[in-house]
Amino acid sequence: MVTSRNVADLKKGEIGIIKSFSDREMSLKLLEMGFLPGCEVRLDAVAPFGDPICVRVGGCYCLSLRRNEAASIVVE
Amino acid sequence: MKSSQNKIALIGNPNSGKSTLFNQLTGLRQKTGNFPGVTVEKKFGTLRYTSPDGKQADATLIDLPGIYSIYPKSRDEQVVVDILANPQHPDYPDAVIVVVDASNLQRNLLLFTEIADLGLPIVLALNMLDVAESMNLQVNAVQLAMPFAVPVVRINARTGEGVPNLKEAINRVLGQEQVAMSYFLDPLETQEGLVEEVKKTYALENNYLAMQYVCQHDEFTFLNRPERQQLDELIEKYSFDKTDFLTHETITRYERLRPIVQKAQTVKGAIDQPAWTRRLDRFLLHPIWGYVAFLFVLLVIFQAVFAWAQYPMDMLDMATAEAIDWTKKTLPEGVLNDLLTDGLMAGIGGVIIFIPQIAFLFGLVGLLEESGYMARVMVIMDKLMRKFGLNGRSVVPLISGVACAVPAIMTTRSINNPYERLLTILVTPLMSCSARLPIYTILIALVVPDETVLGILNLQGLVLLGLYLLGLVGALASAWLFSLFIPRREPSYFILEMPTYKLPRWSHIGYIMFDSVKSFVLEAGKIIVAISIILWVLASYGPGDRMDVAAEQALQTTSSASASIQEAAVASARLEASYAGHFGRFIEPAIRPLGYDWKIGIALITSFAAREVFVGTMSTIYSIGAEASEDALTIRKRLQQERNPQTGGPMYTPAVSFSLLMFYVFAMMCMSTMAVVYRETHGWKWPIIQLIYTMFLAYGSAWATYQLLS
Repeated sequence: MVTSRNVADLKKGEIGIIKSFSDREMSLKLLEMGFLPGCEVRLDAVAPFGDPICVRVGGCYCLSLRRNEAASIVVE
Repeated sequence: MKSSQNKIALIGNPNSGKSTLFNQLTGLRQKTGNFPGVTVEKKFGTLRYTSPDGKQADATLIDLPGIYSIYPKSRDEQVVVDILANPQHPDYPDAVIVVVDASNLQRNLLLFTEIADLGLPIVLALNMLDVAESMNLQVNAVQLAMPFAVPVVRINARTGEGVPNLKEAINRVLGQEQVAMSYFLDPLETQEGLVEEVKKTYALENNYLAMQYVCQHDEFTFLNRPERQQLDELIEKYSFDKTDFLTHETITRYERLRPIVQKAQTVKGAIDQPAWTRRLDRFLLHPIWGYVAFLFVLLVIFQAVFAWAQYPMDMLDMATAEAIDWTKKTLPEGVLNDLLTDGLMAGIGGVIIFIPQIAFLFGLVGLLEESGYMARVMVIMDKLMRKFGLNGRSVVPLISGVACAVPAIMTTRSINNPYERLLTILVTPLMSCSARLPIYTILIALVVPDETVLGILNLQGLVLLGLYLLGLVGALASAWLFSLFIPRREPSYFILEMPTYKLPRWSHIGYIMFDSVKSFVLEAGKIIVAISIILWVLASYGPGDRMDVAAEQALQTTSSASASIQEAAVASARLEASYAGHFGRFIEPAIRPLGYDWKIGIALITSFAAREVFVGTMSTIYSIGAEASEDALTIRKRLQQERNPQTGGPMYTPAVSFSLLMFYVFAMMCMSTMAVVYRETHGWKWPIIQLIYTMFLAYGSAWATYQLLS
């Protein structure tokens, strides 16, 4: 069974390729911050208590975002 | 209406080195003010360059808030497009410098192409090439300049490398004739009818600007209501969907940028952040070590603000006292002399005493910000803070509040969400500031026995710690309470860029310290001085000749005592007969339920000038003599001896003392804080709400304490 995964589902160190966004409003912010479809995202670190998380986009820079924000980024 | 000086705007992503470049270009020739009509701080300065005829010319450089795109996410960011879309705006630039972080080319260029499509003369400053290099990326400026047809200048904002070339490029762009516009992404491609109609209706030439009218007209301050309604009708007519358009626009821009970036950028190895940034992050974001490290940083900040700042503060205090003393003796005696010394100079003294703490605090916070550590603190604290309606970014002001609420409230500027910033401003004064420490110490010493509990812990110390914790709990609980009543206008989000760790630039830290001190002294200082003078007048004058009569009486009743006791008795009598004394009497019924008399009432009022005044006022009122405030033991003894006229027992019972302690934990700090809240929220609404709220809280808890204990 294939369910759609998102960035919040990634395990530490795991890499996902951005496929699409599930939240219309949020997608624009994420795009402008550099989350592009086709880009690699790696879960770098998780803050204590599991939220927010730190991800690396395209290998070159690090962004931190909350889990609910990360959940709107669908990856494959 | 254009002034003769050219205006140049500095635009770029956050963390692109924009502010560093601003300092590099203007040095100390910079000022802060407000953008007209909006409550956003504006930084501007003078840029000196050589004009084509070889003469020195000055231009005004305006530092615009850091943005990721021209579609703003906060009110601070709103300013940028409000200026760029309105040629009539007084800050509308003649040319724009877009700072681009070479280590993150594609995303930084997104903003660049948007600005370029607005048709402004533009220079691309390519910064952080060294960072890119360390990430195995090489960027070719010439390759980058070709597709955009704009000057691209390689700079290093930290070292100043390339700055002369940048100035030359600005000069060239300013002298250039406007060439035909070529769009990176022409909105005509998808929205021809709408764009043409907007252009015609508003006499616009630029297609992309017309699109901004469509997308952002509700936020444009320069459009009036009928104009906005008309645009709404046009949107309706062409059934335009903004979110779809913006998403499509952003994706298309990125797609067109990809080949350009690929051509300009050479990848020499695996792209990754510098190894030491990764290693540091593993430690500083660690579930245990991350907090240990943060605690250590806090400890250093406390140490600096409590202990290290004490030396310069004592020196300033002494210098002020000396200057007042000298002026008092040198000028002829009289009302003018008193007003100048006890009113004005004492007020100015009350302002400059804060300078060391402000400079230290802002320097240290600036250091954390510059080094990149602050972003990590926000990450590890965000979840906790969110529970109370705050943001990870609220940590810094809350910590700083333990030193002094004035600089702490100034640090809230780094919180982009205006709602979370407001909540933070409202609750920060509940953190027990250093000026409350003397009050705590004296009152605790009065009623808490100096005993050791559980073998090692000092009971008095425990109570003191308890008061600080109570302040923290009060702040967080109040934030939660306020969050229930204040509507949230913008949704909270936390997407935050984690910059690579960098060594701080000391000159930049220096600018930050200088700037914060300057704006504090000039703006909050004015109000503090004004209120000081009012307080002086109230404490020095009384209705009719009652003060003189009271003084005469005091002289007679103490005629057998020593001169210093006599002097103190006269001062006390005069105070009682002054307007402040009358006011103390007047509010006595209100504070009676808390167990206070009119004497404490005056101290409550005067301590609004500054918390430390409480101890001084108490010593004056209780006839201890002016110098006695140096000697806490004497004050304590006097307070112990003070009798309650009604019961004959001691005035300072545990009930009264704890009630006072509760009052000071929660009461609205001091007028300096109020002044700074006024300044930061741009109005009296919030400082007044805050005053009423904290008064209510202080009164309620003091009342409950007194009633429970007595």
